[in-house]
Amino acid sequence: MKTHYWSRLERWSARWVRVHTAVVLFFLIAPILIIIPLSFNTSTYFSYPMDGVSLRWYRAALFDEQWQRALLNSLLIGFASTLLATMLGTLAALGLTRPGFPLRGLIMPLLISPMIIPIVVVAAGFYYIFAPFGLVDSYAGVILAHTVLGTPFVVITVCAGLQSFDHSLTRAASGLGARPWESFRRVTLPLITPSVATGAVFAFATSFDEVIVVLFIGGAEQRTVPRQMWSGIRDQIDPSILAVATLLILFVLALYGCVSWLSNRNKAGLPEES
Amino acid sequence: MNATVPAPAVSPTAPDTLNDAERLQAYRRVKRRESRKALLLAAPLLLFLLVTFIAPIGTLLLRSVQNPEVPQAMPDATALLQQWDESGLPDADVYAAMARELVEASKAGELGRVARRMNFYNPAMRSLLLKSARKLKRMSVEDAQLALLEVDGRWGDKEIWRVLKRAGQSPTPDYLLNAIDRHVDQDGDVASLPPEESVYMAAFSRTIWISLSVTLLCLALAYPVAWLLANLPERHSRRMMLLVIVPFWTSLLVRTTAWYVLLQPNGVINSLLTGMGMVSQPVPLIFNRTGVLIGMTHIMLPFMILAIYSVMKGISPVYLRAAQSLGAKPLGAFFRVYVPQTLAGVGAGCFLVFVLSLGYYITPALLGGAGDEMISQLISIQTNQQLNWGLAGALSAYLVIFTAIFYFIFNRLVGIDRLRFG
Amino acid sequence: MKTMRNTHLLAGASVLATMFAAGSLRAETELSVVTYGGAFENAVQEAYFKPYTEANGTEFNFESYDGGLAKLAAMVQANNTTWDIIDLESNDAVAGCDEGLLEPLDESILGDTADFIPGAISDCAVASMIWSTVFAYDKEKLADGPTSISDFFDTAKFPGKRGLRKSPKGTLEWALLADGVSKDEVYEVLSSKEGVDRAFAKLDTIKKDITWWESGAQAPQLLADGAVVMTQAYNGRIHDAVKNDGSPFVTVWDGQIYDFEWWGVPAGAPNADEAFELIAYASSPEVVARLSKYISYAPPRKSALPLIDDEILSDLPTAEANFNNAVQIDVDFWVDNFDVINKRFQVWLAQAANS
Repeated sequence: MKTHYWSRLERWSARWVRVHTAVVLFFLIAPILIIIPLSFNTSTYFSYPMDGVSLRWYRAALFDEQWQRALLNSLLIGFASTLLATMLGTLAALGLTRPGFPLRGLIMPLLISPMIIPIVVVAAGFYYIFAPFGLVDSYAGVILAHTVLGTPFVVITVCAGLQSFDHSLTRAASGLGARPWESFRRVTLPLITPSVATGAVFAFATSFDEVIVVLFIGGAEQRTVPRQMWSGIRDQIDPSILAVATLLILFVLALYGCVSWLSNRNKAGLPEES
Repeated sequence: MNATVPAPAVSPTAPDTLNDAERLQAYRRVKRRESRKALLLAAPLLLFLLVTFIAPIGTLLLRSVQNPEVPQAMPDATALLQQWDESGLPDADVYAAMARELVEASKAGELGRVARRMNFYNPAMRSLLLKSARKLKRMSVEDAQLALLEVDGRWGDKEIWRVLKRAGQSPTPDYLLNAIDRHVDQDGDVASLPPEESVYMAAFSRTIWISLSVTLLCLALAYPVAWLLANLPERHSRRMMLLVIVPFWTSLLVRTTAWYVLLQPNGVINSLLTGMGMVSQPVPLIFNRTGVLIGMTHIMLPFMILAIYSVMKGISPVYLRAAQSLGAKPLGAFFRVYVPQTLAGVGAGCFLVFVLSLGYYITPALLGGAGDEMISQLISIQTNQQLNWGLAGALSAYLVIFTAIFYFIFNRLVGIDRLRFG
Repeated sequence: MKTMRNTHLLAGASVLATMFAAGSLRAETELSVVTYGGAFENAVQEAYFKPYTEANGTEFNFESYDGGLAKLAAMVQANNTTWDIIDLESNDAVAGCDEGLLEPLDESILGDTADFIPGAISDCAVASMIWSTVFAYDKEKLADGPTSISDFFDTAKFPGKRGLRKSPKGTLEWALLADGVSKDEVYEVLSSKEGVDRAFAKLDTIKKDITWWESGAQAPQLLADGAVVMTQAYNGRIHDAVKNDGSPFVTVWDGQIYDFEWWGVPAGAPNADEAFELIAYASSPEVVARLSKYISYAPPRKSALPLIDDEILSDLPTAEANFNNAVQIDVDFWVDNFDVINKRFQVWLAQAANS
């Protein structure tokens, strides 16, 4: 009698968990999927039923000088800050994972903190201190600030990658007479490349999606894609924003593809095709 | 390797005990060199962050207790004012210095900054200073006190001089007090601002309240999802995981745009509802708290799911089965055996969502309405529109300290190294 | 792995190349003009800058900004002013001048200063045009529409939502006008706490019927979507919607709040002399009269008005029929009091949201 009662409750909860999950996953994905068809709408309205299908808004977005410039800016700023963040972050991670790193419990949280401290404060502080040096309204300023935001991701991923790294390998290499640089280049680097690349993709995605720093530090010349979307939503929202959004979704899926491919390689440890 | 271990009385390796001490020293030397090398590798990033991250934030926060404008533009008048005991009106030499430096600052283009600074105390100060300077420039001043009083009678008001004196004091508590809707009143006591001028405490509690709501919403939505994902066969869960990962990777602006389009009065959801005849008037879903909560929950939910999932994935089903075979009821066992093991993931997820929500800006700005401003938005208004860096610094200080406390607790309990993405 | 590294190198190289290219572009002498962008920028390009380039060969490079003095202050402070001409809102023109962020203006370059509408010349800036905050409705939805500012506050006569800009500026003036304060006494009343109380009390009566908007483009959009029955708007936006999109909107000029827009030269501008020459040119009656052809803002000079077509003139804020009950925004009042009143406005808004 009692077991019957419990098993019914159990069955009921199992069903409830499934329904709940379905609803939550729908909540997560539906908004993203719904705007894709709307970007092909012929009319200027954002509602179904659609009037007809056209590439009108894609044309409007792709041939618009401002969007083109925004895309170039996003790529330029993204690549430059990723490059800097990856170099700085990887070096730091190599140090942090060595045995005997001093004050690790203090320094590690410090290096991660750009991810935690509210971006408005980071941007305002950067603005306040660097405006006198002409770094406001400049590419250099935005790139440096985005580098700050990107480094924690590189540090975390590379540290994680190095945790599974067998330090005896480098010792073996030096035992065989390799110089430190050589053993790094030929032993360490190939093994950590996947996690470095993952960190780089994260840093790039961070920069590519960032608005607040651009709002503070970037001028009209440094408008990026998210910045352009921001003013698009605030001022004149038309479906060309949805066209750009759709393209961004595809772009991001490609980025994610990169990361999962890299993490598969990382797990395999050896550069084999998965 | 312990140097205090006594060597056997008779031993062929006796000389080694001496060497042990040396070896230890050498070992320590090597270790020190090792750790110096390790630190050296992290040095570029540390240095970089020191210059581009720690110094800027530190300077901004310090700005909240500094008062540079007035002393810079009117050094003599402010210095003299500091000696004034506030019992009567200031001495004639204060008036003289003020009259002279008003004109000088105005000519140097510095008076505007002083006027802006003083207006933070009292909205009449700006016009008083600017008008006085303009008039003084046109007259020949013999007795400064008479001249100032002639230009504007308010120069005979003690209160004007009191705030000018305050504006010359560094460090000042004024911005930090203003940021929590308080000020130092005429008697020198800390007092609350009148309710119609009190915006920041409400904004802080609103920020915390929204962050807390989003965190709890995310937790409630995420926990069962993470459980199912962790307990389904790999090939099923992988496909479902994609539905979490794709939104996670999708640009914040894209997702906010999506909600903007969906929630509008004539947007997808409302046209569906009216189309099906469920409502006659569009339901207000955007430009209010509902919009903010929906948008932010959507953006934060993947963090929560992934954080809990990664912990659940590592929990062996053995414990739960063991508990059940020992006679525990399924649900009881679940809550007493399984849930405690997931707390690390729940903690990490809640921390991330809560702390990231505290600094949120974009989504509340685009989906929120009147009365949904979060602290980040107010900081940005102070820096970009009001040019009130002192207040921006003070608001930032509270926000950063609050965030840092949570960060510290989290790091102690869970460890920041444990954060993973994707 | 190799390809990954190569892409990085390639990316790095192209980044550097682009940065250098961007740096070298600056070397040419072209005047940098900064405006709010959008329709106003297009209009001034057609009306002033293109003809000027044709006549004098001076090239212009346009940038847009979002207003506020933060960026300008940063530039001047860094001794790194790159802008030559800046389009300013009134409060920024006043504060910018006070704070030494703008070059002083020599009035004599403007010719007959008595020809300007009073208040259109300041120590550092000259008005570029007059724009106005009005309200509008859709005549297809309201056949017998509102005609006065009191109608805007009359929810019994005209039920439905009203759009208002989320700012105390303009909103409080309207509340007082609708409450029976005459246009000349608005700021006198607002200067006292009781006056502000009175304005908020009037706003309370329509609190639940207000839809707030923030950027100028949202107002005609709200009206077009039918989200509001009438909305506060910038006159140019409504004019555009009627002219370009054929929207059936009607502008109500009663209680319009007009304001100047300004040209200024940032302190330390690299080409300050040429910038002032351009400003003098753009302020001459024949030239400034052209602007209204492209956008429905009014010239700040009296002698320019007769040069404008009657059809265009009737849509301008300064047309006689529209100007009867017009309030000029008191910039000094708002520069002094915005902070305090805006705080109160925010508190009031939050209460509105909770109740």
